[in-house]
Amino acid sequence: MADLMPKFVLNWFDWGMGIFLSLPEWIQYLTITTWKILFVMIAVILIVAFSTYFERKVIGSMQARIGPNRVGPLGLGQPFADVIKLLIKEVVVPSQSNKFLFVIAPLLSLTPALAAWAVIPLNDSFVIADINAGLLYVLALTSVGVYGVILAGWATNSKYALLGAMRSAAQIVAYEIAMGFALVGVLMAGGSLNLGDLVMAQAGGVSHWFLWPLFPLFVIFWLSGVAETNRAPFDVAEGESEIVAGFHVEYSGVAFAIFFLAEYANMVLVSSLTAIFFLGGWASPFEGIAFLQQFGDVPMIGWVVSGGLPWLFIKMCMFMYIFFWFRATFPRYRYDQIMRLGWKIFIPVTIIWIAVEGVMAWFQVGPWSGLGA
Amino acid sequence: MSRLVSLIKTFALWELLKGLAVTQRQFFKKSLTLEYPDEKTPQSHRFRGLHALRRYPNGEERCIACKLCEAVCPALAITIESDAREDGTRRTTRYDIDLFKCIYCGFCEEACPVDAIVETRIHEYHMENAGENIMTKEKLLAVGDKYDAMISADKAADAKYR
Repeated sequence: MADLMPKFVLNWFDWGMGIFLSLPEWIQYLTITTWKILFVMIAVILIVAFSTYFERKVIGSMQARIGPNRVGPLGLGQPFADVIKLLIKEVVVPSQSNKFLFVIAPLLSLTPALAAWAVIPLNDSFVIADINAGLLYVLALTSVGVYGVILAGWATNSKYALLGAMRSAAQIVAYEIAMGFALVGVLMAGGSLNLGDLVMAQAGGVSHWFLWPLFPLFVIFWLSGVAETNRAPFDVAEGESEIVAGFHVEYSGVAFAIFFLAEYANMVLVSSLTAIFFLGGWASPFEGIAFLQQFGDVPMIGWVVSGGLPWLFIKMCMFMYIFFWFRATFPRYRYDQIMRLGWKIFIPVTIIWIAVEGVMAWFQVGPWSGLGA
Repeated sequence: MSRLVSLIKTFALWELLKGLAVTQRQFFKKSLTLEYPDEKTPQSHRFRGLHALRRYPNGEERCIACKLCEAVCPALAITIESDAREDGTRRTTRYDIDLFKCIYCGFCEEACPVDAIVETRIHEYHMENAGENIMTKEKLLAVGDKYDAMISADKAADAKYR
């Protein structure tokens, strides 16, 4: 690398590094963390932008349509065209609304969706905040997200918005519990609240992933995640046939764009969390195969065997696809059916499976083998 | 027993998986979309679109102001006034079709004894100002003149079924 660059670039680089290293330690830490946050934020927002494009393409294909193909090659410019359209539109604030809450509600729903990324390990070394209560932090922040929805519904001062917000709140409360219990199962198997340690606990190839011993919890966690993000078939909060658009009826322009961004950021978050909890996160599925291990250090393609950020991305994309697939397949649940599913089926099943896990741990099978040895 | 089977099916999400399989199969099929301005569906030569008044090959207008079309029009879209021309023949002085009233049934074309009024296959037209919906005699003859070759070909193609 040193040969490729002209001498003066290297000199500048050394000079910059010299200044950087001479700064107080807390400023160095702050700078590096800020860059990390910026990187994650921009990556999430780009993924959100293109997931709206791929959602329309995937659902289009499933309905024998083409999907967007006019803006740029293959329609890839569509997300940017949408963003520009939303940015130049007027934000209408209803005259009878609570203006302060009306404006702050979209931010309240976006912030937790992005803040939760602080504890997500992207590979074995990259995580913004390596805290030991990462799982609790994620649970807490995904719950805070509902305040944005409730405040939006209330501040709008419209009966449809309020109905949508009430539905969303009841739904998120119900599914939060099932989600929490599913995570208790993950916690029992992984023995840690740190997301990085949870991924480490699944090291050793596909058969070591928590997907297998915790299969019912995996299904319930995923479906609860779909319900938490208010996506089809659990999108009664914005059921357009009864309550127009739910909590964001009166939002337009940038304010609506932020709600939209929050919804998709939450989808990306839930997809990544499911990948981390049950599919080994950034771990490679080829890890257990001895023959392949020699290729682990090959540059550019070594990650296929040794694991890394691309694997997390691939797994996340798979779950995003399932989000779109669900939306193209299932009709919306009736509201009472959602409540029944959440309270009467998901929660009991998770509790039963936690008991089953206890038995598995007693007999030291699966992830608990070698625990008492 | 059947209750047990249905219970197992419920918890295996059997019906949901079947539904997902349907959409996934559809995903790999070719899409049916026709990208309209670039691609168009095939059109019948009998397509009934914008109206036109035709002429004989020598340039004489076909219409003899018999008013059969005006009489048969179910939407009362046609208004005809007639008078004698200098050479003594009866000709229309006014031949208006209101495109907003017209239901494109083709009865005028069927009623016409001299094949003067026809409906062409033109269906991509629009109005920008009030009053442009009235097709006057001049406008109808202009359409007939401009698309004469197309209209003749369509009529020839349909002739053997008449």
